[in-house]
Amino acid sequence: MSRGSFTSVARAVAWRSIHSFFTNPAIIIPSALFPLFFFTAFAGGLSRVDSVPGFDFDSGYTAFVYGFVLLQASAFGGVFAGFAIARDFESGFSRRLLLAAPRRSGIVTGYWLAALARALFTVGLITVVALVAGMDIAAGGLDLVGLYTLALLVNAATMLFGCGVAMRLRTMQAGPAMQVPVFLLLFLAPVWVPYDLLTGWVKTAATVNPITLVLEADRGFIAGDPVKVLAAFAVAAGLAALMVLWARGGLRSAEQAA
Amino acid sequence: MSGGFAFQVGALARRSVLRTLRQPAMVIPSLFFPLLLLSINAGGLDSATELPGFPTDSYLQFALAIAFVQGALFSANSAGTNVSNDVETGFLNRLALTPLRRLALLMGQLAGIMALGLLQAVTFLVVGLVAGAGIEAGVTGAVVIVVLSLVISLAFGSIGAFVALRTGSGEAVQGIFPLLFAALFLSSMALPRNLIETAWFREVATYNPVSYMLEAIRSLVIFGWDGEALALGFACAGGVALIAILAASSALRTRMVRT
Amino acid sequence: MREAAIEATDLVREFKKGPRAVDGIDLRVDPGEVYGFLGPNGAGKSTTVHMLTTLLPPTSGVARVAGHDVVKEGSEVRAAIGAALQEAALDPFLTGSEHMRLQTAMHGMRGDEGRRRGEELLARVGLTQAADRKIRAYSGGMKRRLDLALALVHDPRILFLDEPTTGLDPQSRSALWDEVQRLATESGVTVFLTTQYLEEADVLADRIGIIDHGKIVAEGTPEALKAEVGRPSVEVIPAEFVDLERARAVLSRFGEQANSSPKGAAVRLSGGEGRLAEVVRALDAENISLQHLQLHAPTLNDVFLEKTGRSLEGAAEEEPDEAEDQPKEAVAA
Repeated sequence: MSRGSFTSVARAVAWRSIHSFFTNPAIIIPSALFPLFFFTAFAGGLSRVDSVPGFDFDSGYTAFVYGFVLLQASAFGGVFAGFAIARDFESGFSRRLLLAAPRRSGIVTGYWLAALARALFTVGLITVVALVAGMDIAAGGLDLVGLYTLALLVNAATMLFGCGVAMRLRTMQAGPAMQVPVFLLLFLAPVWVPYDLLTGWVKTAATVNPITLVLEADRGFIAGDPVKVLAAFAVAAGLAALMVLWARGGLRSAEQAA
Repeated sequence: MSGGFAFQVGALARRSVLRTLRQPAMVIPSLFFPLLLLSINAGGLDSATELPGFPTDSYLQFALAIAFVQGALFSANSAGTNVSNDVETGFLNRLALTPLRRLALLMGQLAGIMALGLLQAVTFLVVGLVAGAGIEAGVTGAVVIVVLSLVISLAFGSIGAFVALRTGSGEAVQGIFPLLFAALFLSSMALPRNLIETAWFREVATYNPVSYMLEAIRSLVIFGWDGEALALGFACAGGVALIAILAASSALRTRMVRT
Repeated sequence: MREAAIEATDLVREFKKGPRAVDGIDLRVDPGEVYGFLGPNGAGKSTTVHMLTTLLPPTSGVARVAGHDVVKEGSEVRAAIGAALQEAALDPFLTGSEHMRLQTAMHGMRGDEGRRRGEELLARVGLTQAADRKIRAYSGGMKRRLDLALALVHDPRILFLDEPTTGLDPQSRSALWDEVQRLATESGVTVFLTTQYLEEADVLADRIGIIDHGKIVAEGTPEALKAEVGRPSVEVIPAEFVDLERARAVLSRFGEQANSSPKGAAVRLSGGEGRLAEVVRALDAENISLQHLQLHAPTLNDVFLEKTGRSLEGAAEEEPDEAEDQPKEAVAA
């Protein structure tokens, strides 16, 4: 009879995912390169945009873009963790996990810990590159804590979302079902310009998009001028909490199928 | 008994067109995503038109060209995937055992891409016009846009085919997709080249053939007839297409080994 | 002596990494013959077929198919042969008819001629009803039948079939065997068939070549090969134990004693399996009732075992699939 505890299960699952990530160039390189690439392309290609009348952000365009790319990397880091779970289901490995682990919630926690480790790696890399590129960051210590905590909450929310999808569909075909909603949430927000400079239906979408609040709080932290902090944390934490329920439902679905 | 070259190309083209258009999972994203991004960018970056020297007051008009090139990137993926499937399933061996000429095979395979490219070009033009982006060069200009778009599809499709034939692997084809996207991003995609502030980025964009492909289409949409822009655009698209077709042909010679 | 349909002399194929896949093969197949090439996975069967069908140049040696050299006269060889290779090699997005249309077009058949030929072949393999369905909807057996039909489009005199029934259910396998036999007997087509199934080689082939580790280890008719390794034996277990000695005495008239179970008696039949009826009549004449009677005939597996020291069925699990090496090698070559 297995004596595995919640912690031991979570640790085992996390270790496997983390090990797989850091030892597999085919996984680690795109995970590192994509966010870096977007950062470079937006910050380099669009920097003149901060000269548009009404562009109100004192820390410069590089820092402005950094705020978005940080969230993008965190969010997609969570989605890629969902891909890994779907892959495990398709290969049959998850079935073994479900049968072997006495505390199955530990499995989800383990995947989440791995997603966290991946996010920390990617975020660290982007931050280093942004600083080397001369990003002007006016954030104080507390601002930085707020900034990265928000990013990690977003990472948790998307990871749990992806987990729920992967556990329900149990196939790599679930990829678009994880990617597209996250993509839309991220891009229907003030990505390249502040909210006030958006026009048309995109502005309307950004108005109702909860990620807009998170992104604006993000940029506020970077500029050392926190804005909408409570609302942003409420949104991020609320999404994460909702996704916990979603992931648990997915786990139940997977258990029934195992 | 063997058919003429044109007859062989026709038969293979027919197959290529059928199998491409029968894959909604390939066709729909290649239409949907460029239009979605165009729509998002038009609203998200419209304020950029207020920059001094911005060539138009409609970012939709400026960004329309991007959709054509993005569509072509999906073509690369589609061509590469279809060709790699032929290698992996052994369908290429089946064809190798017939009196088929290699060049006919390659041209036939690329016909499917051209069909998809045509569908994309017409769709993007129609949607762009409906959304309010006028084509300054008129109906003739629209036709030239479609033609240039087809050459761009051929260029990227041939790159996809080359990778598929060289590696025989669908995964490798998926792997180049990010590189092609990088080529699109590191261009005058989002802003005119003269308004790119970051020196190294402007330099890369200046040497990037994708910039000239975008600028050629853009010139027809915004300015009308700009001979230099068109010449550069066609030269870049045609040049990439020629190199890629030669590379794919060489890879096919190695892949379709027969004595 | 009439010209061989297929002839190979010291045929070798080396790949960059690893041992020789084909290590000096000599073979000759006469026109109209069904030649079975039997061996486990990784033995060199598919590599040999790829060389004979011009898809892979030999490293050394000479092969002639339909009177043409496979290296110097590749296009003439291809005009004379049809091949259904290991993979069914079909496009899942096309229908059976569309495959046929493409194949006939590749062989220069235009318009009505191509259409008629396609319909004829689809009818021949029983796929008329399914002709307008996409390949995705075809069963394994249907795919194989279509594959065979496509190989016959240009009416080849020589047909290469590379493991044509692997993965098929018994019914589909049997249907394909019927078609191959029909081709050979009614149309006089020379068939070069590779297989890892003993029964398939036994049933279909006029002559068999057994290949292992790239070399032909035995060649001949199925009967001759089996006879080489021994004669059939009969084992009987009498209903009454007291009859055992008498049963043994009866059997001794038909050959020398062979090993048997403790309750039975066995004899190695001189004169072959045909003498079984005589054995039964002789036992019956002595009023010996039997609880059990069994004929043990040598199998091709026994032949393989004798020549290689391994059982063919066991060898099937040992070797990697040779076909996996080839796509990479096509780039490396």
